[in-house]
Amino acid sequence: MNFKLKDIGPQLMTVIAVVLVFGFFTYNAQVNMENRGIDFGYGFLSQESSFDVQFSLIEYDGSHSYFRAYLVGLLNTILVSVIGIFFATILGVIVGIARLSSNYLINKFAAFYVEFFRNIPLLLQIFFWYFAALRALPLPQDAEAMFGVAFLTIKGLFVPAFIWQNFNIFFYSIIAAIIAIIVIRYQAKKLQETQGKQTPVLLISIGLILVLPLISFLIGGVRLSFEVPVLKQLATTSFIYEGGVSLPPELIALALSLSLYTATFIAECVRAGIQGIGKGQKEAAASIGLTPNQVLKLVVMPQALRIIIPPTTNQYLNLTKNSSLAAAIAYPDLVLVFAGTALMQTGKAIEIVSITMFTYLSLSIAISLFMNWYNNKIAIQEK
Amino acid sequence: MSKINFLKPDKSNLYTFLYLGTFLFFISVLDVLLNSFFNLNLTGFLPSFLSYFLPLILGFIGLYFIRIELSGIKQLDLINKHINTNNFNAILSLLIIFIILKSIPPILSWFFIDASFAGDTKDVCTGTGACWTYIKVWIRRFMYGMYPNGEQWRINLSFIALALLGSVGYFATDKFKKYLTLYYVVIYPFIAFLFIFFFISGGPVFFDFSYGIIAAILSIIIGFFIPSKFKFYYFLIVPFSLYILLKYFIFYEELIELGKLDGLNWVETGAWGGLSLTFIISFFCLIFCFPIGMAFALGRRSGFPLIRYISIGFIEFWRGVPLITVLFMSAVMFPMFLPADFFIDKLVRCIIAISLFEAAYVAEVIRGGLQALPRGQYEAAKSLGMGYWKMHIFVILPQALKLVIPGIANTFLALVKDTPLIFVVGLLEIVGMLNLAKTNPEWLGFAMEGYVFAAIIFWIICYAMSKYSYNLEQKYKTDR
Repeated sequence: MNFKLKDIGPQLMTVIAVVLVFGFFTYNAQVNMENRGIDFGYGFLSQESSFDVQFSLIEYDGSHSYFRAYLVGLLNTILVSVIGIFFATILGVIVGIARLSSNYLINKFAAFYVEFFRNIPLLLQIFFWYFAALRALPLPQDAEAMFGVAFLTIKGLFVPAFIWQNFNIFFYSIIAAIIAIIVIRYQAKKLQETQGKQTPVLLISIGLILVLPLISFLIGGVRLSFEVPVLKQLATTSFIYEGGVSLPPELIALALSLSLYTATFIAECVRAGIQGIGKGQKEAAASIGLTPNQVLKLVVMPQALRIIIPPTTNQYLNLTKNSSLAAAIAYPDLVLVFAGTALMQTGKAIEIVSITMFTYLSLSIAISLFMNWYNNKIAIQEK
Repeated sequence: MSKINFLKPDKSNLYTFLYLGTFLFFISVLDVLLNSFFNLNLTGFLPSFLSYFLPLILGFIGLYFIRIELSGIKQLDLINKHINTNNFNAILSLLIIFIILKSIPPILSWFFIDASFAGDTKDVCTGTGACWTYIKVWIRRFMYGMYPNGEQWRINLSFIALALLGSVGYFATDKFKKYLTLYYVVIYPFIAFLFIFFFISGGPVFFDFSYGIIAAILSIIIGFFIPSKFKFYYFLIVPFSLYILLKYFIFYEELIELGKLDGLNWVETGAWGGLSLTFIISFFCLIFCFPIGMAFALGRRSGFPLIRYISIGFIEFWRGVPLITVLFMSAVMFPMFLPADFFIDKLVRCIIAISLFEAAYVAEVIRGGLQALPRGQYEAAKSLGMGYWKMHIFVILPQALKLVIPGIANTFLALVKDTPLIFVVGLLEIVGMLNLAKTNPEWLGFAMEGYVFAAIIFWIICYAMSKYSYNLEQKYKTDR
């Protein structure tokens, strides 16, 4: 093998440059930290955090450790991302299909929605919902009940909590239903491929998922009761609902604006995907006698999904990253709890910012790995 | 069987159905219209539940009656084709018509009819509509931030001058067209930089960073004359050495003094804000993120594995983290990495952070364009004896960039929409100023007006950008 200066030279130079820059940074960091008397280390994670968080999914108060605070923030981030992804997908698919509608009004309405929400900064939308729109809601004592059990007030949404008896039996029945559905889907696909017979999989699935839990109620001894939120007076003019589940207004504003904003991008992905299927495909499918529904289900969607999924993955990633804007309206997510409060208290800038960034990197990688796996599963299997 | 279809219009009794259907349809629309505009309820005598749904039912029956294939009447066919193809579409169309009719009066009255425009105190805002007086009173803060009122002509003058200089491209004759790229890539940003430096700041704004900018621009200009073979080494070594040279040997105190013009006060960057700051940040980030992104796109496609891995690492790192943590990093972590006497203004730190962040996205977009080019283009260029840089500058990049205009426009749009995030480091552009104004005790309760105002401004900017990029895409579209 020849030693080529032409090949080695540029690489060596680049590496030296990168190493120099990093070396410069680390050297300065060391000097600066020595001067300020800060020591580097992750030991603070096990110390007592001594600050409270308004809203957390796991048990937490000031006596828990910083690591616990980190977990609280992470779980809150994941919660709002999952809610956002769920609603953004539903809304995005509906709007995307509506943009392809032959109905002029629906088409324009969807286009208006997309152009409107896409061109306004997300942060502005979050502020709008949180500071302007949700502030117009009634006070707890004036709120009217929705369906008699839920209350949407300026202090958040209060919904009834479920109180289960023998919850595990109910849980097993759901698992059993899901397994049965997977088996039936597999069988139906086999039947379709070998004999060309169609099975109403969707109907059977819905039936199963309704019937099996119902049986668990009838004979399994599962009981369900509701704990309805009740108005409670704290002071002469201050009321709050107690009991049930309360969703803070920050969560509502954030999830709402994230889904409305991201749905516009998902809608565009869906539209591009369906438009990407050639007319010939649909005509060919129709000419072998498939009904319009079958054309959509068996011919158009499987192909369109291949075009839709990669850009939609990007949008999911963006949504997860955008959920960090929560810090602006004091929703206790990872950035606010950990990179905000914890950083102020400990002063461990490098450690905390690096942990936060690393967490987001891992979240992004996890989502993209999952979506890559799904994408590979539905990709064309070339023989 | 024909009995079942007795309500279905056909040719023989077309007009009966047509009149009946149109009548019902108009009744339903009229009912909603009167209800929402004049608060009259035509069907008030009915039970409230029925009265609520009656327009929908009437309209649906009306549309059902007039649905016929090819009646020969032009307008009717148009309606049937566009909004009335089947029952489902008919209901959706009706709902949308009703929603539009219902939402026009409240929106109109909030925006104009009940809104207050006059006066300049809170007392005039007694109506139920918007209080535009609030915007009127605060407009200078929303536009210029805390920039002193007496000095705001400096921002106006700079922006007008830069807009005029930016439009040079439209008036250039063919003779000067070939210099346009050089102008926009090097000269125009430099002029803009000088304007910000001398005019808007009127004092030291970029501090140590300004040597860097001058070094970079000088080295790019000289770089045009360096043979392609040495260009890589050149760009690795020369800018940095120029920087050192500028900072420690040639000017030291002089350059800081240089920023001060006689008679202009120094306005520090902490006082900048409002919409003008949005523009300044977007402008510089656009200018910086593009070449950086291009460099990393080329790096990711490079044949040298080490350069490729470094580029991949850079791109994936920035793409994996949210901008807000990047800004956190620039605010609290970055100063730790620099020597204690080395000071960078926080506006500049912000611009660097946003540029690096967006550069990763630009790099991915440009990589898409590079990958879409057929191999033949590379081979043809090589066979003409072009080196790496010549090939990329004259053959590959012009074609690749043309392909990715929509993607780059989207990235730039995202950049403009991300600028409000600089509130993290305490800089207040328009959204930040709104939040500040909202908490002023004399003007409590006008959050809605402020956000609507900012939303309209951002919407116009972003929509104009996306339309412009669409025009650009059409203009440079070539058949291949």
